[in-house]
Amino acid sequence: MENTSHEHTLSYKGLSFILFLLLVLTGITVAISRVDLGIFRIWAALAIASLKAAFVLLFFMHIIQAGKRVTITFITTILILAMFIGFTFFDIAYR
Amino acid sequence: MSEHHVDNTGSKFGMWLFLYSELMLFGGLFVLYAAYYYQYTTFFISGGKQLDLFLGTMNTVILLLSSFTVACSIEAMRKNSKKLVLLLLGLTVFFGILFLCNKYIEWNHKFQHGIYPGSAYMEQSAKGLVIFFGLYFTMTGLHALHLLIGLIVIGVCFFLCWSDRINAKDFITLDNSGLYWHLIDVIWIFLFPLFYLIL
Repeated sequence: MENTSHEHTLSYKGLSFILFLLLVLTGITVAISRVDLGIFRIWAALAIASLKAAFVLLFFMHIIQAGKRVTITFITTILILAMFIGFTFFDIAYR
Repeated sequence: MSEHHVDNTGSKFGMWLFLYSELMLFGGLFVLYAAYYYQYTTFFISGGKQLDLFLGTMNTVILLLSSFTVACSIEAMRKNSKKLVLLLLGLTVFFGILFLCNKYIEWNHKFQHGIYPGSAYMEQSAKGLVIFFGLYFTMTGLHALHLLIGLIVIGVCFFLCWSDRINAKDFITLDNSGLYWHLIDVIWIFLFPLFYLIL
C-alpha cells in the first residue's frame, strides 16, 4: 500500500466497509426496537450502541495506534464511569 | 517557515485527555437518565414515542457519514491529496449543517406543540414526562452545541489545509479535530437509542 505514514491505518476501502457495518448496525437497532423483547430491549440497544462506538474508536479514531498510554487511560476512564454508574444503581435499587 | 518544536505524541495525548473529560460530562448525564428511567420507565416510554424516529435515524446516518468523511480526509492527507482533503472536509461541514437543520425542524415541531422546559403544557404534564423532555432538551442541546463547535473547528481546518498550514508533513491539528468530531458521533450513537428507540 502506498501509505507514507509509519502508522498502520485503514485504506478508503476499509473505511467504507466500516461505514457499511455501522449503517447495517443502525438498521438492526431500529428494527430490534420494534420487537417486544421486554427488559432486554434496552440492553440490546445498548449492546449495539457499544459495538458501534467500538468500531468508531478502533477504526476511525485509531485508538490502538495512538499507543499504550491512550489505550490504558481510555479503559481507566470507562471503568471509572462504570463504577460511577454501578454505585449509583446500588443506591437506587436497594434504597 | 520558522523552526518550531512540534510534539505530536504529547498533542494527541492532550486531546485524548480532553475527550475523557467530555466522556465524563456526558457520562454524568447518562447516569441521570438511567436513574430517572428506572424510576419513571412508563413515562420515558411514552415520551420516546413522541419523538420523530425518522429524523433521529436520519441524523444518525448523517453523523456516521460525516465521521467517515473525516476519517477519509486524514487518510487523504497522509497521501498528500489536498483537493480530496478539501472536498471531504467540505462534505463534513455540509453533513454537520444538515444535522443541525434536522435538529431545528425537530425542536421547532416540539415547541409548536408546547413541548419545551417551563411551558404551560409541560407544567400540566406528569413529573416523569417533564423529566424525560428536560433530559431530552439538555442532552441533545449540549450535543448540538458540541457539534456546532466541531463545525467551526473543521471549518478552520478547511482553511488551514487550503492555505497549506496543515499539510502532509504536519497534520496533527486535523488529526485532533477529527478525534473531536468522532467523539461527537460516539455520543450520538448512545443518545439515539436512549431517546428515539425506547418505545
